[in-house]
Amino acid sequence: MTNMILPEAIYTHDVPAERPWSHIIRQGQTLRIIDSEGQQAVDALLYCANDPAERYSAQDTLRLQGSAYVGLGTKLVSNKGRVMGHVTADSCGLHDTSAGCCSCESNAVRFGEETKYQHACRENFVLELSKYGMTKRDIVANLNFFMNVPIDPSGNFTVVDGISAPGNYVDITADMDVIFVISNCPQVNNPCNGFNPTPIQVRISDPPLA
Amino acid sequence: MSATQQEIAEANRRRYEELRAAGQGATLKALPYPTARDGAPIAVDDVISREHVPPGWYATVRLRRGEALRIIDDLGVSSVSLIGWRTEDMSERINCADTVKVQWSAAISKGRVILSDMGRVLLSVIEDTSGAHDLLAGGSTPGSTAAAFGAPTRNTHDNFLAAAAKVGLGLRDIPPCATFFAPVSVDPKGRFVWNGARKHAGDFVDLRAEMNLVLVVSNCAHPLDPARPAASGPITIIRHRAPAPTPDDPCRTASPEAVRAFMFTDRLFA
Repeated sequence: MTNMILPEAIYTHDVPAERPWSHIIRQGQTLRIIDSEGQQAVDALLYCANDPAERYSAQDTLRLQGSAYVGLGTKLVSNKGRVMGHVTADSCGLHDTSAGCCSCESNAVRFGEETKYQHACRENFVLELSKYGMTKRDIVANLNFFMNVPIDPSGNFTVVDGISAPGNYVDITADMDVIFVISNCPQVNNPCNGFNPTPIQVRISDPPLA
Repeated sequence: MSATQQEIAEANRRRYEELRAAGQGATLKALPYPTARDGAPIAVDDVISREHVPPGWYATVRLRRGEALRIIDDLGVSSVSLIGWRTEDMSERINCADTVKVQWSAAISKGRVILSDMGRVLLSVIEDTSGAHDLLAGGSTPGSTAAAFGAPTRNTHDNFLAAAAKVGLGLRDIPPCATFFAPVSVDPKGRFVWNGARKHAGDFVDLRAEMNLVLVVSNCAHPLDPARPAASGPITIIRHRAPAPTPDDPCRTASPEAVRAFMFTDRLFA
């Protein structure tokens, strides 16, 4: 399902299981996120590098495309209605942006108070965002790459087993300079990571030569 | 994975399937029937304030724990987008993602709750004639109204920004919103569907505050409402004293998750 040949990556990094990562992606550059071992949810947020008050908006993204899931061609829209990036390749095919990220607090509600003291995506996001002067206020509903959350016509909303195979990837090409923030999801209480969080790889490529 | 890790993973999967059964499947506790449109009268003495919000406009309402906001779609053509923050710590706010994820459903209706981002209950839906509300697609924006009507009109994005500014907040503080009387569903291919037949004049919801709140309601056409020109009508909002919850209160007892969310909420006031 790749629709363009990317030049060799100028940056490659393995994000360990359960850890955050962030990087500036310049306009025209492409970030490839690789689910190295399969069935690993990758929580992601985007901020306009020049004015981080402008950030990814899940609701605006879904409303503009008229459908509930993220896939090839999805434009990632900001809270000011601008396209921040778009999905230019996708070998998995199913990504969520309605289920948010896990937090210690929501884990305690969902799975019992004994799960409160488990590492969670919001902990990752808060720590990573602090590098840019941002706080919990700046965390909004995120993208969940490789996370399978079907919503049925009656509204049933369920995190089910991921379908991504080892090596599946998604490419996001930036339409503006963005701060791209990832939490390699530590959740062990639902099937989003196959109950076993694993590493992912990120690669940044410059625009293809004309 | 080691054998021990495998056992933990299997135990976690079993717990997940048990919770799913309680949230969607065989052991799901039935939700209450919708409120009748001529039901649930509010005693005169319980009304704290009443306001009409014209089409395109917004209102900011402060609720104390135990008070409720009734929102009435007077003509059956309005949609009402809502955000809210906890009065004492406004970094705590509505979280639509947690609301649908924790309750295993994007279909919020009577007996459900709306959660904050801190694992607590912001609002309980204690009365609801409609059951047709949207937490996925958000409110209208300058761009959505320009695309729909040929020129930007008053919209929810700008209303939220104006309301936030008046309580000392800004763009960073505006989370995804819930929209009442917005009958959006998701078809088998993932596309949003507008079920206009589910809107009726006089539809209302009663939202009981479970913590002290600053709420903003925006009376703007939902961006997926196909009406051209925009459907618009007034809404009525009534701040009132809600009946005290009984031990078998439907919202407080709907699911193991709801029970825990209320336990954590009640600790704020213990």
